[in-house]
Amino acid sequence: MWRDAVLVAGKDLRIEARSRVALSQVAPFGLIALVLFAFALGPDRSIMIKGAPGLFWVAVLFCTVLAVQRSVSVESADGARDGLRLSGLDPAGLFLGKSCAIAAQLIVLEVVLGAGVVVLYGARVAVPWLVVVSCLLGTVGLATTGTLYGALSSGLRVRETLLPFLLLPIVTPVLLAGTRIWQAALAGGTPADASPWLRLLVVFDAVYVAMGVVVFGPIQESA
Amino acid sequence: MTIPVDPAMASATKNTMMDAPASPLTTSSDATNSAPASSTSGGAVTAPIPTMTKRARTVESIIGVIALVGTVATVVLGLWVTPPDEVQGDLVRLVYVHPGVAWVALYAAFAMAAVSSLLYLWPRTRSLFWDRLAAASVEVGVVFNICTLASGAIWGRPTWGVWWVWDARLTSTAVLLVLFLGYLALRRVPAEPEVRARRSAFVALFAAVDIPIVHFSVLWWRTLHQGATVLNANLSPQIHGSMAWTLLLGFVALTLVFVWMLLVRYRIGVLEDWLAGNELDLAIEERRAEGVAEGVDEGVAGRVADGVGDGSTADPVGAV
Repeated sequence: MWRDAVLVAGKDLRIEARSRVALSQVAPFGLIALVLFAFALGPDRSIMIKGAPGLFWVAVLFCTVLAVQRSVSVESADGARDGLRLSGLDPAGLFLGKSCAIAAQLIVLEVVLGAGVVVLYGARVAVPWLVVVSCLLGTVGLATTGTLYGALSSGLRVRETLLPFLLLPIVTPVLLAGTRIWQAALAGGTPADASPWLRLLVVFDAVYVAMGVVVFGPIQESA
Repeated sequence: MTIPVDPAMASATKNTMMDAPASPLTTSSDATNSAPASSTSGGAVTAPIPTMTKRARTVESIIGVIALVGTVATVVLGLWVTPPDEVQGDLVRLVYVHPGVAWVALYAAFAMAAVSSLLYLWPRTRSLFWDRLAAASVEVGVVFNICTLASGAIWGRPTWGVWWVWDARLTSTAVLLVLFLGYLALRRVPAEPEVRARRSAFVALFAAVDIPIVHFSVLWWRTLHQGATVLNANLSPQIHGSMAWTLLLGFVALTLVFVWMLLVRYRIGVLEDWLAGNELDLAIEERRAEGVAEGVDEGVAGRVADGVGDGSTADPVGAV
């Protein structure tokens, strides 16, 4: 399973390294979103700093949708999906591999967006480790749910419009938890402020990783 | 779906039909395409419409009647018989409806959808019955969910001064509604019944797992809590006897309304599936009947119906 996961993740990341779609298209989109949020809120810096955690996570969510679309469309051409299915790779490995590839891209995107929040909104991070941990946990949740819904919608012609509709409400806990942890991190709160949210993220991740490992095979067959 | 037929063609005489340029489909139709449609000589070519057994029809009607009577009784008791509340005045009357609707939307319909989806996915119990039941309960659940939010907003405006507060209960109800709507949107995507059933069952399952997490996150996010007190305050010991009975009656009546709607929706689901499978055959039969009614030469009509005409005389309808 793990060997298959590494193979699949390596394949997806190699495609990304050669095409640079996430880096040259999705990351700039995220930055544009941050700029647009700033326009919507007005030039008052205190409002921007207050909203920075939530805006960061909303931008991450939008980027997740795009990253998942990309991850699915990579498989949709030239019968690649059938090729993967016939390759005899363990479905669980396939799921973990695709999730890891999306997660790796998301982490790069989060670094870019985090830098954008600090530079553009003037947010100051008081407890850096909380930011890092929340990003890592949140990314796992976003990547796994994204992979699951991406696989479910992979054969559909209305994928582009349906995927955000299905995925975004599901990941609201990640948005809420991530935002609250970031608020604590920016305001210099204690880890105790963030601990229920961190636990929530861990539960969310565990549930969807387990679910994906179990049901990814049947999902692929139904797509 | 209707099949486009050139009116000139439909009312054509024998000769013009013979001379009509035959499309590639027409020439091959006798051998392959029209064979299943016209194999039985001119009779019914479609599967019979699924009908309910007499007992099922009776049960459905009885539940419908009881639900109707119960709802009317709740409305009468709630609006005229029960006294107004000391604090809330006439506003309290909404409480006879709102919790009942919410119970169906948030628990009954949702649990039904989750359990049926799970039973569909379980190989031993896999049957389109569970899929249709899940679809029906989600659809009815959406209606009740919208009613919950609407009645809550109507109550909230005079009580809290706003239509909407970002309270935990309200927010998770709204998220639930969006998840349900996503499920219904997915079901609308055309697909083979089995594929669609599987896909939607997975989506229902993911949503079902997500809902408790959403609920807790929203609860911690905002614990300005008034939702539960709506119910608790009115169930406190000084509650008027008729109020408690009306409240209970409202619960029962609305649950029966839910069950009745579920049965009807399930029946419609069966008919929809039947139609999806027989739409083409039905349309062909309809056109053929039109042709006969408009006085197409009997000989041709007969031969076409029997499926023995040669390639060039095959009816344009059957080839479409």
